[in-house]
Amino acid sequence: MAAVQETVDRVRRIDVDQYRYGFETLIESDKAPKGLSEDTVRFISAKKNEPAWMLEWRLEAYRRWLTMTEPTWARVHYPKIDYQDLYYYSAPKPKKQIGSLDEIDPEILKTYEKLGIPLREVEVLEGVVRPEGERRIAVDAVFDSVSVATTFQKELKQAGVIFMPISEAIREHPELVRKYLGTVVPTSDNYFATLNSAVFSDGSFVYVPPGVRCPMELSTYFRINERNTGQFERTLIIADKGAYVSYLEGCTAPQRDENQLHAAVVELVTLDDAEIKYSTVQNWYPGNSEGLGGIYNFVTKRGDCRGNNSKISWTQVETGSAITWKYPSCILRGDNSRGEFYSIAISNGHQQVDSGTKMIHLGKNTTSRIISKGIAAGVSQNTYRGLVTAHRKATGARNFTACDSLLIGDKCGAHTVPYIEAKNSSALFEHEATTSKISEDVLFYCVQRGLSQEEAVGLVVNGFVKDVLQQLPMEFAVEAQKLISISLEGSVG
Amino acid sequence: MSLLEVKNLQVRVEEREILHGLSLTVNPGEVHAIMGPNGSGKSTLSHVIAGKPGYDVTGGEILFKGEDLLEMSPDQRSAKGVFLAFQYPVEIPGVATMTFLRTALNAQRKARGESEFSTPDFLKKVRSVAASLNIPQDMLRRGVNVGFSGGEKKRNEILQMALFEPSLCILDEMDSGLDIDALRVAADGVNALRSPERAMVVITHYQRLLNYIVPDFVHVMSKGRVVKSGGKELALELEASGYAQFEDAA
Repeated sequence: MAAVQETVDRVRRIDVDQYRYGFETLIESDKAPKGLSEDTVRFISAKKNEPAWMLEWRLEAYRRWLTMTEPTWARVHYPKIDYQDLYYYSAPKPKKQIGSLDEIDPEILKTYEKLGIPLREVEVLEGVVRPEGERRIAVDAVFDSVSVATTFQKELKQAGVIFMPISEAIREHPELVRKYLGTVVPTSDNYFATLNSAVFSDGSFVYVPPGVRCPMELSTYFRINERNTGQFERTLIIADKGAYVSYLEGCTAPQRDENQLHAAVVELVTLDDAEIKYSTVQNWYPGNSEGLGGIYNFVTKRGDCRGNNSKISWTQVETGSAITWKYPSCILRGDNSRGEFYSIAISNGHQQVDSGTKMIHLGKNTTSRIISKGIAAGVSQNTYRGLVTAHRKATGARNFTACDSLLIGDKCGAHTVPYIEAKNSSALFEHEATTSKISEDVLFYCVQRGLSQEEAVGLVVNGFVKDVLQQLPMEFAVEAQKLISISLEGSVG
Repeated sequence: MSLLEVKNLQVRVEEREILHGLSLTVNPGEVHAIMGPNGSGKSTLSHVIAGKPGYDVTGGEILFKGEDLLEMSPDQRSAKGVFLAFQYPVEIPGVATMTFLRTALNAQRKARGESEFSTPDFLKKVRSVAASLNIPQDMLRRGVNVGFSGGEKKRNEILQMALFEPSLCILDEMDSGLDIDALRVAADGVNALRSPERAMVVITHYQRLLNYIVPDFVHVMSKGRVVKSGGKELALELEASGYAQFEDAA
């Protein structure tokens, strides 16, 4: 037991305090008064110069939210959140109107540089030659509540792709936003989604016109900087008939002793023959070794395969946050549509993860696939919660689910809670689940061959999650692999 | 200087003493066979030398190239040149054999302050060693030992031995689970690695293996001690008369 013991000890000492993205950026910011009221909603809407219909939409959500209660069914525990003790809007104070990247506060640019986000297009402008095969990525960076820069605007415009902060889209493309916003996750959907609908401050909007294959990966980077702020971003992505887009989001936050709230909503819509691939690398601050601080990540993500033969694929690598409450789902409405969910969820220290997916089969011959890999270390709790359901008209629905859990040490827990409902007798649902402990013999074998204990754990875990890593775009797979090793480094190895 | 000196080694596992003062000296270039019945402490000895957790050394010492081996972590011992070929090599799903080999080799080189192998050099080296052991390329792409036959697993151990070039190879029950053809291939691989600088400790129940890997010395273990040492003819003697005669001696 000694090697495992050693790992367990290390996990106990875990300095998540070594969180590498835990720096704070000192910039002036423009905040809404603390607390939540109709005035807060009006304040945010006014800050964004929103049209009246948008304000009405928000207020309706706010009034609905007042009648709702926070859900308690997830396997997560946290002290009651005081929604009046939060700031709902915080923006870096603009010195003047921002016309180009050069006018962004250099402090913010430095922050993104530290994070390794390719915000600047300088390289391209300077004609820097990139290694062959390396794809370019357009980035929309959201700092606290507002979007600070979106890159590659011109090139995307040429292809007809709209990629901009949602606050801008509301003003510039109201017809598209009104047509789709809230149609996948309605304002009444759930407590956190309804809250988001009332106070969301920014996020990304993507529209890919019929038949267009988006020429590059699109990416959003979210960062919570300001103390006591919630980040409520809203993302809406529409792939029109025959369109394709691959989208990646990444998230970080500074280290703080208090908990910060993050309640995002992501809506995806695919029309006939369209495809959206949505990848997340979530690395919010997880709290320290005592379980102090960290992000509460209560997120609603849902995709609607509205058209026939359309496809939505979610891939997530979740290593951060004190609490993760997240179920990226697919509504398989169009005939022959397909939903996929690939997940790696790592919990360590005092982290709590309750995550999974919903595959809702409505159309004929719809298929879905769920591959979930949960890794629990420290004293963390890691739950997979999934729903697979076939409507009575969903003839020929097929699902395959595989949930594997890996335990490191003996103080953590892994739980699998699958719900399966088939109302059509032709539905064929398969469910496989395994739980294993990282084996003492395997670790000894690796260290006997020269790997350190940490390298050994990293290698075994990366092997365990390989099927999911392969789903990520190449560049991000490498990043994610490193991230997994790092999060198990403080935590495990 | 001897390569390996085990002096009066006493080892406990959960309060029970398994080795009661075992001594063994191995010089470079020598091949030692350690024989003995089940439970005599053969595998314990190999595990303690390699640094497997769970064993409590209560007395004695182990010197390797004159240094205190017991002070080193298992990966440090590996980088110093100790290699243990497992009786039951483990499976590591999702980790390609090739990736594992390279990660391990570079970790050892790094620990010794040597530069890492470049990809082409590494591939060249692996391919030539693999070919000599009859290991197909396909096997190197599969997960470490996943779905390997008994013979393939043992050949994979010898492949690593050839790649890492350790100065001390401990082969723990290499013949278990092998048919005669597989045994011959494995033994040929081991024999090819014999050299004046490298020593081997071959742990086995049966004399059969020693027909293929001919030792310079044979030690008989019983109840946690070496009870008799001799040349290769001792193995034949044992084959004829069995271990019972040593039960009393211990």
